[in-house]
Amino acid sequence: MTKILAGTWVEVEKIILTPEERAPTLPEETKKVPYVLNVSGVLLEDAEVGSPARIRTMIGRELDGILKTVNPSYTHSFGTVVPELLDIGLGEDV
Amino acid sequence: MNNRDMSYEAVMSRKNEIMKASLGIDFDDFIHSPITFDYERMMGETGYTHDDIARIQHETKVGNTPLFELHNLTRAVRRISPPGKGARIFLKDEAANASGSFKARRASISAYEAAAKGYRGMIAATSGNYGAAVASQAVQRGLKAIVIQEVFDSRGVGQPEIIEKGRKCEAYGAEVLKLSVGPELFYLLLRTLEETHYFNASLYTPFGIRGVESLGLEIAQQVREECGQDPDVVVITHAGGGNLTGTARGLLAAGCDDTRIVACSVDLSGLHMASDRDFNRKSFTTGHTGFGVPFATWPDRVDVPRNAARSLRYMDEYQLVTQGEVFYVTELLTKIEGIERGPAGNTSLTAAITLARQMDQDQVVVVQETEYTGAGKHHNSQLSFARENGIEVRRGDPEESVPGQSIVIPERLEQVRGKVQDMERLRNSYLKNAANHHPVDQWDEIDISFLAADLKANEDWIRQRISTLGA
Repeated sequence: MTKILAGTWVEVEKIILTPEERAPTLPEETKKVPYVLNVSGVLLEDAEVGSPARIRTMIGRELDGILKTVNPSYTHSFGTVVPELLDIGLGEDV
Repeated sequence: MNNRDMSYEAVMSRKNEIMKASLGIDFDDFIHSPITFDYERMMGETGYTHDDIARIQHETKVGNTPLFELHNLTRAVRRISPPGKGARIFLKDEAANASGSFKARRASISAYEAAAKGYRGMIAATSGNYGAAVASQAVQRGLKAIVIQEVFDSRGVGQPEIIEKGRKCEAYGAEVLKLSVGPELFYLLLRTLEETHYFNASLYTPFGIRGVESLGLEIAQQVREECGQDPDVVVITHAGGGNLTGTARGLLAAGCDDTRIVACSVDLSGLHMASDRDFNRKSFTTGHTGFGVPFATWPDRVDVPRNAARSLRYMDEYQLVTQGEVFYVTELLTKIEGIERGPAGNTSLTAAITLARQMDQDQVVVVQETEYTGAGKHHNSQLSFARENGIEVRRGDPEESVPGQSIVIPERLEQVRGKVQDMERLRNSYLKNAANHHPVDQWDEIDISFLAADLKANEDWIRQRISTLGA
């Protein structure tokens, strides 16, 4: 496993509630999975992906979790074209 | 951290003490019974005048947004309306607020209050535009912000719109706690409030709702200047009820007593809001019936002991629209009015089209918000994501759509019809909920008077209904 160096921007994951600990009234498919938190911050000590890690978040709080992602990035987009939208508002459509 | 019991039940049972410490409001002071409290006194004791609110908001780039007349859309609506019908449609461009939505109004007074009371930061549990609003207002007041968001299902997949909302919070320097699907958001909020001693910037405090009153006041003033009359109808996208409550209160404060307040939500009936499976089968993350109906029929289900957002108190009518209709109208706004705005804000624009068709040409209907748009927060992103998740997307009659299975985008403007929600059913549902919280045989005159005000009904109607509630 590669060591990720302290100071790297990472995302950690933490189980907040196991299925047994979750709120009493939940739909079956929600009840059977854990309640999971992801949060990003700067890695405080060298760690490997999948191992325990400590981070400092954007506001300076220190949180623990399992190191999940290195350099977590936003890649959301406008999606692939939806042809059904293209002719709305053109010509006689209105 | 301390040695306190952090289990779900233990933290939830500490709710009241955590709330008191994190808001500086003692709700017990206003409460008369399990259903009744002194609403107006609670709102009044925030201590802010409308002038204070305008000044505070101006300091942090909130308010005084433009009101535009949508000339081309009005003309298009008139072409499909009976002779003489087709009201003038106006749009309040709330995307111009710092952080890109009306939610900045809602966060601004909380941020001011938190800073004035010496809190070091503020926290909000929200997957909506409110998170970015809190982050943006906090940074301007020198406060830290934590935003707690429901982001992904158990596969780790999130809707593009919610991902974008998380990005925007981080862009303003907030810590974003991203969670899987579930109502335990509230549990984590309580835990985080307890750990940090930050201010609870709940959506439903008197500060949040008072901040939206400026929106109603501005609409009244701008419509009077532009049209020489009060707005006939103001259409408001409805979810938790704060947008409607605050705007209506502002309109009333301005003296618009005859303006009809119309709520509008995207119809998502049949989808369960706490379902890990349904989570990514809906293409709207807010402004839908999954919030709109339960919050209208029992406002006090929120993260504060008494909710300042009480929509049925002000609502005259409730319109439902389909996802496909809103996407059609969002595209139409772009193509014929030359402005791109986010789909959630266009929910009320969709209902305005239906309403304008029934109204006279000299009447005025105001769509009271827009929201920013961009990657992720765009109808093309949402539709493309829906299609990838097995939802059928096609053109046709929107009446044929089934939430969670299909999105039917109208072929023509005439097919944008929406439908009316039965207000009587909502009021009855509220009363049933009230009876569950406080047995009917214990209701006194103060309770009946409160219920009448909270439902915009008269006391005799409440008394008549009591017999059907098992008293």
